Amino acid sequence: MEFDLSKPQKLLRETARATLSRHFPLSRVREWMAIGATNEDSLWSTIADQGWVGLHLDNSIGGLGLGLVELTVVAEEMGRACMPGPYLATTWAATLLAQIDSPKSTELLPSITAGEHKATVALMDQDGDWDLKNIAMQLTPSEPGWKLTGRKTLVLDADSAHTLLCVVRQSSKLAIVFVPRKATGVSCEKKRSLDATRSLYDVAFNEVTIAESDVLAVGEQAHSAIEQSIRVATLAACAEMLGAMQWIHETTIEYAQTRKQFDRSIGSYQAVQHQCADIHLMTESARAATYYAAWALTSNAPDACKAIAIAKAYCSEVGREVGHRGVQVHGGIGFTWEHDMHLFLKRIKVCEFLFGDATWQREQIARLILK
Amino acid sequence: MVLGGRYPSRQRPVGWTARSLMDLTLSAQELQFRNTVRGWLQANVPPPWTRPLRDSEAKREYFAYLRDWQRTLFDGGWAGISWPKEHGGRGVSIIEQSIFQEELALAQAPDRLGVIGEGLVGPTIIAVGTEAQKQRFLKPLLMGEHIWCQGFSEPDAGSDLAALGTKAVLDGDHYVVNGQKIWTSFGHVANWCLLVVRTDSAAPKHKGLTCLLVDMKSPGVVVRPLRMMTGDEESNELFFTDVCVPESNLLGQVNQGWGVAMTALDKERANLGTGLYLRYKRHLDSLLERAKTMRRAGRPITEDPIVRQKLAQSYLDLEVFRLNSLRTLSGMSHSNAPSPEGSILKLYWSEMNQRNAQLALEVLGLPGQSWDFDDGRWGYNYLRSRGNTIEAGTSEIQRNIIAQRVLGLPRSY
Ligand SMILES: Cc1cc2nc3c(=O)[nH]c(=O)nc-3n(C[C@H](O)[C@H](O)[C@H](O)COP(=O)(O)OP(=O)(O)OC[C@H]3O[C@@H](n4cnc5c(N)ncnc54)[C@H](O)[C@@H]3O)c2cc1C
Repeated sequence: MEFDLSKPQKLLRETARATLSRHFPLSRVREWMAIGATNEDSLWSTIADQGWVGLHLDNSIGGLGLGLVELTVVAEEMGRACMPGPYLATTWAATLLAQIDSPKSTELLPSITAGEHKATVALMDQDGDWDLKNIAMQLTPSEPGWKLTGRKTLVLDADSAHTLLCVVRQSSKLAIVFVPRKATGVSCEKKRSLDATRSLYDVAFNEVTIAESDVLAVGEQAHSAIEQSIRVATLAACAEMLGAMQWIHETTIEYAQTRKQFDRSIGSYQAVQHQCADIHLMTESARAATYYAAWALTSNAPDACKAIAIAKAYCSEVGREVGHRGVQVHGGIGFTWEHDMHLFLKRIKVCEFLFGDATWQREQIARLILK
Repeated sequence: MVLGGRYPSRQRPVGWTARSLMDLTLSAQELQFRNTVRGWLQANVPPPWTRPLRDSEAKREYFAYLRDWQRTLFDGGWAGISWPKEHGGRGVSIIEQSIFQEELALAQAPDRLGVIGEGLVGPTIIAVGTEAQKQRFLKPLLMGEHIWCQGFSEPDAGSDLAALGTKAVLDGDHYVVNGQKIWTSFGHVANWCLLVVRTDSAAPKHKGLTCLLVDMKSPGVVVRPLRMMTGDEESNELFFTDVCVPESNLLGQVNQGWGVAMTALDKERANLGTGLYLRYKRHLDSLLERAKTMRRAGRPITEDPIVRQKLAQSYLDLEVFRLNSLRTLSGMSHSNAPSPEGSILKLYWSEMNQRNAQLALEVLGLPGQSWDFDDGRWGYNYLRSRGNTIEAGTSEIQRNIIAQRVLGLPRSY
């Protein structure tokens, strides 16, 4: 057993870290934040040029044919750089499409992985939760094809997406529907997120016409495709949190060594040392849980679902804790807008709830272990 | 002590014995006091402020709203009620103070504006100020005419306050002040500042400090706003260049400023808590109301047992804080000395508010943290709570104080 990244995986991490810090230093992230342009095209093409969009997908559809550990490595670096943009959204949507055997998938995927086309998933109903059984929004028959009316919430980066993959019901069966974002009857309303680098939308569908060929999957196939794509997206969210924790870890330990009070470095006080030790413990444990989940999912291990839920529950709890302690060790300066700490705390804070918070994930674990 | 009427003898609480020393029932006089307060509040509390505080215009109006409320309290004789009567207070007992706090919460009264003035500066002036200073400052403070800020911290002197470097040199009948302060809450709205300066650089660091009462409009004072992670510019940097402060504005003795500052901080830690109860109670009440309106996955969220657990936890946490405050205040009322026990309250409320602000986000879910949900109040409360364990002395410092000054353990630094 080797519970560490392989050489090529470490190399990928170095490349990702170098590329992101060269092209997207935090000063640029702040510029985008300030003007609300976190989905800028230039940003996206740089990322796509690296082959990172769909890097875990088959070569035949434009992916790099790598695994989920590699996806985790890249998403972690995205978190460590507090990267804005639709990487998470598009990774989720591309994974979903790749699970579906339909001409539309084959047509869309190469342009998505090439960075020309952006997509997102519209999953949660208004007043819904992350449980698929609580999706109620209906396709209604209309000759020819279907009509779609209803409202989806917490849709990632809807405004910059070309395509919305909408998860609905066709009578009692789950269905995945292709909807161009510019289709008549679709409107996006931005819900200003705590994390200004991550955009969330409510999307309203008003009598949107859906052709029969745009219903990409129905029933069991739709169900398992969505479940699998959520697992991958959840993993990516864990990795982002891990990357943010890693940044807080590095920054805080360094600050504890350099900031002086009472003529000594604050890191010489046990109270501060214990905060730092806890930050380390939680970050490394989150790493173990996340890397294991990535490995389990990529290798179809029997406990993959449980591993994902464990990683998400754990990261959701310790992620914010690491953020809180990072702020605390910095004292007043860590509470300011000027310091970068809050960018990472806020990134973690939104990820904490995406795809289910710790409470929700614990319920998933309970369902698995109490069967 | 406080709360509720007397128990009829046949319904005495479990565990009650005739020899119980503690008395948590209200006396006839206290009941009378409660009725007076309640009646006055019913007639005088303004409608709650509901508008978002996004732009500076709204913030200015909110400030005026709070100032008007302070003035209303003053006119009714309800400002500084714990202060002695001769200084414009009401001289009420600790129990009556806490009755007053509860009634404010029940009446959904606005926040208090002069937390630093009424809770920190005023009591310190009463404790060590000259007669002339009491005459000059206490009344305008209670009326809300003087808003005070606290110029203690500096970039290199936060937890180690005594390391501060802002200098004051006596020149004839005034001091000349030069230096910089940071994290000055209310600095942008304050007209007066309780400033700690160094007057003797040769002495050991605690022995060369002095407190001054500084007019913020003095030439040479520059206020630069500081933006916090909430996005609010609630704090400030203060720059002092050759600022003249009359010698008559010296608070306490020269080079005795450390003791004065500690008195002020002990008062702050004790007093902040009581005012904050009002705010946190309001947060919790509105969370409960909000939760009752929400549905998730086909049912009201208040039917979810986990949500119920969380809300109940939040409620009990706040209640323990209230009881804790009451007990600490009652203890202080006997000793009447500034007491490190305020650190226990400070530690409790700051960490409690962090727990409860987090918990509110868990109850409301991801939509609830958006800046577009209830004007962003839940996300704001969460972020703002992170400052609680830093301001007025960090949690680490409070724990050091409890270990060393309350428990008598040896110093570790
Ligand atoms: C929202 C807010 C409002 C404020 N308002 C005011 C105000 O109105 N007026 C004012 O004067 N100040 C104000 N402050 C400043 C506040 O009092 C200081 O930030 C605080 O005392 C900490 O100082 P610092 O920021 O320099 O952090 P530091 O002192 O540098 O502390 C950094 C970290 O080291 C730890 N540490 C330091 N020394 C020790 C030790 N001996 N043992 C263990 N741990 C230690 C701290 O706990 C902290 O975790 C405010 C601060 C905030 C955040």
